[in-house]
Amino acid sequence: MTAVTDKPRLSRAHALDLLKQMIRIRRFEDKCAELYTQEKIRGFLHLYDGEEAVAVGVIPVLEQRDRVVATYREHGHALVRGVPMTAALAEMYGKQEGCSRGRGGSMHLFDRATNFYGGNAIVGGGLPLAIGLALADHMRGDDIVTACFFGEGAVAEGEFHESLNLAALWGLPVLFVCENNLYAMGTALVLSESETDIQRKAACYRIASEAVDGMDVVAIEAAARHAVRAVRESGKPYFLECRTYRLRAHSMFDAQLYRDKAEVEAWRHKEPIVRFKGWLEASHMIHPDDLARIEAEIDAEIAEAVTFAESGTWEPVEQLARFTYADSAA
Amino acid sequence: MTAPAAMIEVTYRDAMREAIRDALRRDKNVFLMGEDVGRYGGCYAVSKGLLAEFGPERIRDTPLSESGFTGAGIGAAMAGMRPIVELMTVNFSLLALDQILNTAATVRHMSGNQFGVPLVIRMATGAGRQLAAQHSHSLEGWYAHIPGIKVLAPATVEDARGMLWTAVQDPDPVLIFENVMLYNMTGKLAADAGAVGIDKAAVRRTGRDISLITYGGSLWKALEAAAALAAEDIEAEVIDLRSLRPIDDATIMTSVKKTRRAVIVDEGWRSGSLSAEICTRIIEQAFWELDAPIGRVCSEEVPIPYPRHLEIAAIPQVPKIVAAAKIALGRA
Repeated sequence: MTAVTDKPRLSRAHALDLLKQMIRIRRFEDKCAELYTQEKIRGFLHLYDGEEAVAVGVIPVLEQRDRVVATYREHGHALVRGVPMTAALAEMYGKQEGCSRGRGGSMHLFDRATNFYGGNAIVGGGLPLAIGLALADHMRGDDIVTACFFGEGAVAEGEFHESLNLAALWGLPVLFVCENNLYAMGTALVLSESETDIQRKAACYRIASEAVDGMDVVAIEAAARHAVRAVRESGKPYFLECRTYRLRAHSMFDAQLYRDKAEVEAWRHKEPIVRFKGWLEASHMIHPDDLARIEAEIDAEIAEAVTFAESGTWEPVEQLARFTYADSAA
Repeated sequence: MTAPAAMIEVTYRDAMREAIRDALRRDKNVFLMGEDVGRYGGCYAVSKGLLAEFGPERIRDTPLSESGFTGAGIGAAMAGMRPIVELMTVNFSLLALDQILNTAATVRHMSGNQFGVPLVIRMATGAGRQLAAQHSHSLEGWYAHIPGIKVLAPATVEDARGMLWTAVQDPDPVLIFENVMLYNMTGKLAADAGAVGIDKAAVRRTGRDISLITYGGSLWKALEAAAALAAEDIEAEVIDLRSLRPIDDATIMTSVKKTRRAVIVDEGWRSGSLSAEICTRIIEQAFWELDAPIGRVCSEEVPIPYPRHLEIAAIPQVPKIVAAAKIALGRA
């Protein structure tokens, strides 16, 4: 694994937790894909397969009081942040026990209890929102970091540039986390950016930045520790580019005509769970029993979530207009 | 019994500035943010002097990043602040439309009421200053199409002074459209004038023969038309909508059921417009009370042109309103 200066305490317990969080996202989403084929989950379903190390590396470094803004590929972020799996899955079912009362679905997981500001399905749309959250904290003098996740596709949006400029200009405590998975839906990075070294764009706005191997959970956690501390101590933004890869299709409707199977296979060998597990085995930090126990715990949690979502209830149609405004409560 | 407060003569601009000042004084979470609101004093001089009084944190000049700072206003509102975002003109607001429609208007419903956006967005609208086709349009009707936001059009100095605080206190996004031709208008305002309600239309002139339904800058043209009609013994009632979303149907229908005739005056384009919406509501709710087809005076379906004579021809004017009223009365 990467040599790190801001080395996380990689105790056995911590290492196993990192592994478990990644496997938890993977297996949860495998179940989601299965439920999608059964038409339990509808609409768009964007899986995080291959990118789990980013959310698992970054989000636990944040404090409870910090804020998280995510994208439409946010199941992993929500789970790691502490949104209960039951409520997340019920949301994807569209049940009113879901974390957004079933109103949002897969792309719009919200959770006030964990300062989780969604689930934004307008690429780049979450960045100005993160600026505003951080502006409020800045104006009140609150010691709060806003972590804003977005893909490299968002980098082509005007809102990306407006937001980086505002964060630097006004000195706002935002951690920008670019999940560079090399494809904006089906358009390769080289076909959409004149400068493909994304982190260099931060320098134009005088924002400190770092690029990190997005398949290496330990490296990401180390970088995130450094980045979050920098934001908290300086009150200024920091830009972290995590170079990763989406192993599955963009959504469940994607035939993946835009990339070679060989390319996907090559990345599969680098994928974060296999890689970290292999390293733990080689370092004798994990026993076969550990993995069996972790998987059993996760499977039990998933089974509980499925039961919860299945037994959830549909919001009465009479409540359709409820919460369009604060005073439209039924 | 206390004596009524003295009346003072103020401009619409002054009334709006006083409203912003008052909101900043009353609530430390309020701040004003937008292009040139600080050092320049506001494109239309509304915020002139506020920077010196409240400082650059609360009178926050922004780069030309409409989507960025409007989204920042949304985020700050979600985090408990009460931002007032100024978007200079409605044409520029289109650069922030993504944030207004896709975030501000959706978040409460989409998040199952976990997050609200108590944000006020102010902007200038309307033609009349020869600013041509990228600074003169009246797109408030578009915004009135969107569930999740409220849309206000203060037409009087009293509303310019009073609507803002009510809007700032509202838990949901409120857009305030200020017609550019009103900024220099003067009116009488009570020295102690304060907040006003934002959910009711107002009858600005009572009459028995026809209802002229309008808002914003066109209100004064409708009132002038009503005066001209009075000279011909036609008593027009003039309704100022004040709120374009929600629309106060009750006040409209009460008037139309009395006068049995209506003309709608709207500086927006006719097709797919707010005037079309009002017209439809009258047909839905008061069809059997009508004695004549409903008339409309809207902007011509062209981009607003620069030359004065063409600009005048492009937007509603008093003679057109008078003519439309007479047609509705069968006196054309």
